[in-house]
Amino acid sequence: MDAPALRHGAMFDTNELELNMGPQHPSTHGVLRVVLRLDGEKVVDADVVIGYLHRGIEKLSENRNYTQIVLLTDRMDYVAAATNNVGYCETVEKLMAIEVPRRARYVRTIVCELQRIASHCLWVGTHAMDIGAMTVFLYAFRERELILDLFEELCGARLTYNSQRIGGLPLDIPPGWDRKVLAFVEVMTGKVEEYEALLTENRIWLERTKGVGVIEGPEAIALGLSGPPLRGSGVPRDIRKDEPYAAYDEMQFEVPLGKAGDTYDRYVVRMEEFRQSLRIIRQAAEGIPEGPVVGKVPRLIKPPAGETYHAIESPKGELGYFVVSDGKSTNPYRFRVRPPSFCNLQALRRLCRGHLVADVVALIGSLDVVLGEVDR
Amino acid sequence: MIDTFVIPLVKILVVLNATLVAVSYMVLLERKVIAWTQSRLGPMRVGPYGVLQPIADAIKLMIKEDITPVRADRWVFTLAPIISMVPALIVYAVIPFGPTVTIFGHAVPLYVTDINVGLLYIVSVASVGVYGIILAGYASNSKYPLLASLRASAQLISYEVAVTLTLVSVILMAGSLSMVSIVLAQEQARVWYGFVQPLAFGIFFIGSLAETNRAPFDMPEAEQELTGGFHTEYSGMRFALFFLAEYANMIVVSSVATTLFLGGWLRPFPNVAWLGVLDLIPGWIWFLVKSFVFLYIFIWVRATLPRYRYDQLMRLGWKVLIPLAILNLVATAIVKVWWLA
Amino acid sequence: MADDPRKPEDATPHDGDDPGPVAPAAPAAAAASTPPGEVAVPGAAAAPASPRPPVAPKPAAPPPAKPAGAVAARPPAAPKPAAEHPPKAAPPSGPAEPPPPADVPVPAFIARLQAAKPGAVTLVSYFVGDWTIVVPVDRLHEVAQHLRDAPEAAFDFCSDVTATDWPPRAAERFDVVYCLYSTTHRQRIRVKTRAGETTPVRSVTDLWPAANWLEREVFDMFGVNFTGHPDRRRILMPDDWQGHPQRKDYPLEGPGELLLENPQEWLKLKQTRDEADLE
Repeated sequence: MDAPALRHGAMFDTNELELNMGPQHPSTHGVLRVVLRLDGEKVVDADVVIGYLHRGIEKLSENRNYTQIVLLTDRMDYVAAATNNVGYCETVEKLMAIEVPRRARYVRTIVCELQRIASHCLWVGTHAMDIGAMTVFLYAFRERELILDLFEELCGARLTYNSQRIGGLPLDIPPGWDRKVLAFVEVMTGKVEEYEALLTENRIWLERTKGVGVIEGPEAIALGLSGPPLRGSGVPRDIRKDEPYAAYDEMQFEVPLGKAGDTYDRYVVRMEEFRQSLRIIRQAAEGIPEGPVVGKVPRLIKPPAGETYHAIESPKGELGYFVVSDGKSTNPYRFRVRPPSFCNLQALRRLCRGHLVADVVALIGSLDVVLGEVDR
Repeated sequence: MIDTFVIPLVKILVVLNATLVAVSYMVLLERKVIAWTQSRLGPMRVGPYGVLQPIADAIKLMIKEDITPVRADRWVFTLAPIISMVPALIVYAVIPFGPTVTIFGHAVPLYVTDINVGLLYIVSVASVGVYGIILAGYASNSKYPLLASLRASAQLISYEVAVTLTLVSVILMAGSLSMVSIVLAQEQARVWYGFVQPLAFGIFFIGSLAETNRAPFDMPEAEQELTGGFHTEYSGMRFALFFLAEYANMIVVSSVATTLFLGGWLRPFPNVAWLGVLDLIPGWIWFLVKSFVFLYIFIWVRATLPRYRYDQLMRLGWKVLIPLAILNLVATAIVKVWWLA
Repeated sequence: MADDPRKPEDATPHDGDDPGPVAPAAPAAAAASTPPGEVAVPGAAAAPASPRPPVAPKPAAPPPAKPAGAVAARPPAAPKPAAEHPPKAAPPSGPAEPPPPADVPVPAFIARLQAAKPGAVTLVSYFVGDWTIVVPVDRLHEVAQHLRDAPEAAFDFCSDVTATDWPPRAAERFDVVYCLYSTTHRQRIRVKTRAGETTPVRSVTDLWPAANWLEREVFDMFGVNFTGHPDRRRILMPDDWQGHPQRKDYPLEGPGELLLENPQEWLKLKQTRDEADLE
């Protein structure tokens, strides 16, 4: 309650209240801390404090060899760990000019999209929970569980998958896995409707999300938003379309866009992404080509001297890796992650100014940040 | 002697204990119903299907360390949960659970007392409970509870107005403030007031959600925003008192709603003669069933709806519910005076 | 051998028995080539073979927003050749920046940039499909502005700001890397600039608000001296942290609490341990 900024002229003098939201708070999705300056319940300013989960993954990676880093990337966006694996492996493959077999690229596409659904499941659950609708959370987790089962069968793990190798996959997919994926697609298609029935036209949901945290397209670009928050503002940018990786160039899908750029549009975009992801998974699972799953990879992974930046569309946005190789060592000289959550979270300060405390919670949810990725 | 002392004393004990048991099982019911809504099982460990869970909860809360924050206002901090629990319990004195029955030759009315200002008593006593919340937020010397108590005072005062206005409509219909008389008036009119006053019933329902701090109006304790709100700093038995007071209040408003709008102990459709067989079921069972349905809806709403925002809640209260309630009151008065007279 | 005896560096002035007010983190580069047991002479490191003088305190250069302590370095009193102790296994001294092969045409926006800002692009590099330009640090901001505003470039999205540390380059040890993307032309470019520990690098936050946190992270992790940044605080590390963890000479396993609480004591402990190792 320091810095009493007295405002005269009103009937009463008021002073601002400084409220620490987090790092222990049920709705900050981990260890995010937002220092709010409140005028009543209205947010005057919000200082976002991060770093509570900083583990130095970049520094660690510079002292591990290229193969070991796959495992570290799991620990960033642990909600969509396999997407991180794919992004990293593709970066090193790009650096070494390794051709990945088509079968592996298809499986990667399935894996990425399953992770997108898993991540969005967690997002819709927690976002709705933050706004007070707690049932969606359990429903979404029920379906996320099915995805975890699929991953358990694919790579033996349920959270941190370590599911990719430089040059392809560690193992071929288990027999019948693609059919199970297709069965999951069938189940999930109906469940998305179920979530939408609870929220999309719910009056309270509309009132809580429409017009909250509006950000226009150009400003969203300038603020470095990517992924659903950017598309919610109507900017047609999806790395899967613009700079296709894995097998996305062979898939048919649409990029859902919002108009108003408010919390509701970000919600609608993600709900539509559920359906598009299912569409991609169906195409990929039906069309997995035969063939090897690992490309020609040297025994010792030692990329030529050079550097590259490679980005993929993670469920949260643009997940970029910047890897510098000195050509002599089996460790990357510099390993840098461009975490989408980090850059999206930056917009929180801009978004919650002028809104109420309850909206801050909704906005954190609508940006869909994972603190493991923000802090690395 | 028996009629003046023993019977009232027994009744008070029965009602008090029944209330406390009902409150603790209300907690279990809520957990179970919400679990089933969310495709879970709910508590299953303590006793078959978790039926002994409330006892385990009570033991846990009683033996838990009771923490008072260092810079809290100790007296007020201790007083606040009591202020919120006591009114919730003493309101039961005027709730008629059933008609007068004869037990061992004594005519025993199934209510503790029937005072001629019963409804006024309920409204005034129940609103004292708000002070518990406000004082708790103030005494905790913590920012989240403070915000919550500000929300609570604003919210409860606003919705008190709307709810009371709907009650006035009912009073106009029944011509009495006594709870028993209101039920008897419905018996005489051969219709539940819920059908005659649907608007008042709707406003009363929404308002009672807000007054008991239930979702979607549970702003003062919004877990996701204010980390528990006014009871953030409370633990152990003092927290339990707040918790129980909330559920006791829920039962109170369900009982009041049953009495005022759902015909109290009357069977469904008192105007349909051939349903008379239903009169074989004692009135207090009808009362409990109706209250239960009301409580179930409380839980159902909580499991389904998101939470309103504070400003939206105020807007709904002042700009929608209160004008509608006034309109309803005026219309009732006009109808009552010009057409029915 | 990554944990050289090294003074914990920060943007705060050193206290106690330091040999005078030195440039923050000046000894780091020299420390890499100093035998154990011998404290790196501050100042000696700041005399590289670079043609540029190591950031003379220009009166006009330091912007007003700079936090206390991050003042420009004093010019070295007695310049000594830094390469007295040749390192055993020479660490890489810079990234591979291959020029574009003959059959890959330089994109129009780079050509236009070179025409519009003569001398601003010192190197154009192409590697596995990525275009990189190297820009002198004092012209970084105008190049960035051109890249954002020129219609054929239109790099309106700042993907990433990061840095790479090349300690052997001494006075220009950092490559500050800006990954830019154009949402209209769907093209990417990397802009690199070289900076020393105290070289003012003008922030691009006014061009891309996205760079705000990214530059904060680079400052936090490398200690790159961004100027004109609206909110230059540490972001991932605690506010009172000393040193910049992503530097190559940052010790990997550390003394823990001692370094934070008493850097002098830690340094002594470190030296005795190293001497014990030699014997």
